[in-house]
Amino acid sequence: MDDLYRDYILDHYKRPRNFGVLEPHDLEALEHNPLCGDELGVHILVRDGRIEDLRFHGQGCAISQAAASIASEELKGMSVGDVAELDADWMIELLGIPVSATRRKCALLNLKVVRGAVTGDHSWPT
Amino acid sequence: MPPVAESSLSVRADFPILARRESGKPIVYLDSASTSQKPAEVIEALAEHLRAHNANVHRGVYALAQEADAAFEGARARVAAFTGADPETTIFVKNVTEAINLVAYAWGRANVGPGEAVLITQAEHHGNLVPWQVLCRERGASLRYLEVDERGELSLEAVERELARGDVRVLAIAHVSNVLGTINPVAEIVQRARAAGVLTVIDGAQAVPQMPVDVEQIGADFYAWTGHKALGPTGVGVLHGRREVLEGMEPFLTGGDMIASVDFYGATWNELPWKFEAGTPMIAEAVALGVAVDYLQRLGMERVRAHERALTAYMLERLPAVPGLRLVGPPEADARGGLASFTIDGIHPHDIAELCDREGVCIRAGHHCAQPLMRRLGVGATARASVGVYNDRADIDALVGALLSAREVFDLHARDERPAAC
Repeated sequence: MDDLYRDYILDHYKRPRNFGVLEPHDLEALEHNPLCGDELGVHILVRDGRIEDLRFHGQGCAISQAAASIASEELKGMSVGDVAELDADWMIELLGIPVSATRRKCALLNLKVVRGAVTGDHSWPT
Repeated sequence: MPPVAESSLSVRADFPILARRESGKPIVYLDSASTSQKPAEVIEALAEHLRAHNANVHRGVYALAQEADAAFEGARARVAAFTGADPETTIFVKNVTEAINLVAYAWGRANVGPGEAVLITQAEHHGNLVPWQVLCRERGASLRYLEVDERGELSLEAVERELARGDVRVLAIAHVSNVLGTINPVAEIVQRARAAGVLTVIDGAQAVPQMPVDVEQIGADFYAWTGHKALGPTGVGVLHGRREVLEGMEPFLTGGDMIASVDFYGATWNELPWKFEAGTPMIAEAVALGVAVDYLQRLGMERVRAHERALTAYMLERLPAVPGLRLVGPPEADARGGLASFTIDGIHPHDIAELCDREGVCIRAGHHCAQPLMRRLGVGATARASVGVYNDRADIDALVGALLSAREVFDLHARDERPAAC
């Protein structure tokens, strides 16, 4: 089996969870991967300081789409304060595949978008 | 499979890097539109200059300095002759992006004003697009685009229509598109633009490495190309300019080497071409580029073009064997340079390139520094395979094999797909 394109990665890529639009929503952000120009946006609904629901939209490679899909399941229910603290290691570990330096931004794009929506910090997660 | 004219060059052994193995297989380098590989004699020339002839140019009176001078200016003469240009109007720059910036700053800021326009195409590389955007914003001018049609080609009628509006000051287009591969009829377009009194700028980055180019015959005011795509090192590019235009311009960058004399409050400019070469230039790189164009001339640019045309025809014939593959750009090899950009349904170009790498096949994926064109084509990105003098049909076969395997990685799993067990 391929190290990178594992079954669950391809499954999330082909049938991404929590993709689409969410109306109404409280927070939103849109970011680009400068390597390929791919675009990923997020709509977030907040209730009592927690992410009640969220939807990603946009297009990208298997790594970026699967990462967003997998992360979306973890992010639901998380407190906004905890989301602000998430770092790159959290995402890479959650993804569970060896991510090369060139594909790192693919994997981290969703976290950049979500953190940007929640905190206004549009830097890349480290 | 119908026969395709066999490509004629057999020079792979001249390129040391191609002896490298990737994933246990010989490397298949299909990214020459990004940068070409270098023959041993170019690598050796770069090292030999630094080892045996290094001194600064235009300054020293000692023998070593004169040697460096002769090597640098000798390289300029060879590079100019390669494209049918005059050495005095052949300026060494860092790359095409710097060449376009030179024109946009030094000519554009003095000659383009509010209410006027710069005309480019939808297929331009960012290097021939962003400098014009910045110029137009600063000068209150407008940036207009010639459309590319479904075949990836320009319409001469549209060029004439735009020129007839009377406000165009600059027309800047690629000779060969780095995404579509389209060979644009630059001589015909330049002729129309010059008749309308419009400054013409040609980005020849993808043309000079793979086909005979005669800048006199094309007749543009400026023609730019870069060494590293033409078997030379990085860090050295070329801007050919029309003498009257260059003489009428103020310098782009100022400082050392580009002056005739300096006093405390003013300076006068050096002659062409040095007026546009501020500071110590890329001496060793220029010398190595001289050796690279000698190498190409020895092969013969007609043969290089025939070789790459034949390989492109073979690519266009073989690639449709990959299910879901869609090519962009002109469908015939005669109408395009040595590259093929494509998408495959269900696999993002990044993943295509990553899976090709597993087979030792190096291709590019992304927007190719042409994001507006990607939007015009309605794709986020494409994969691109591009050939050089050292490629052969086996490389194309390896590419097709890698693409079929890539599909398998994605498809095999698709067949396994079933609702997740609780």
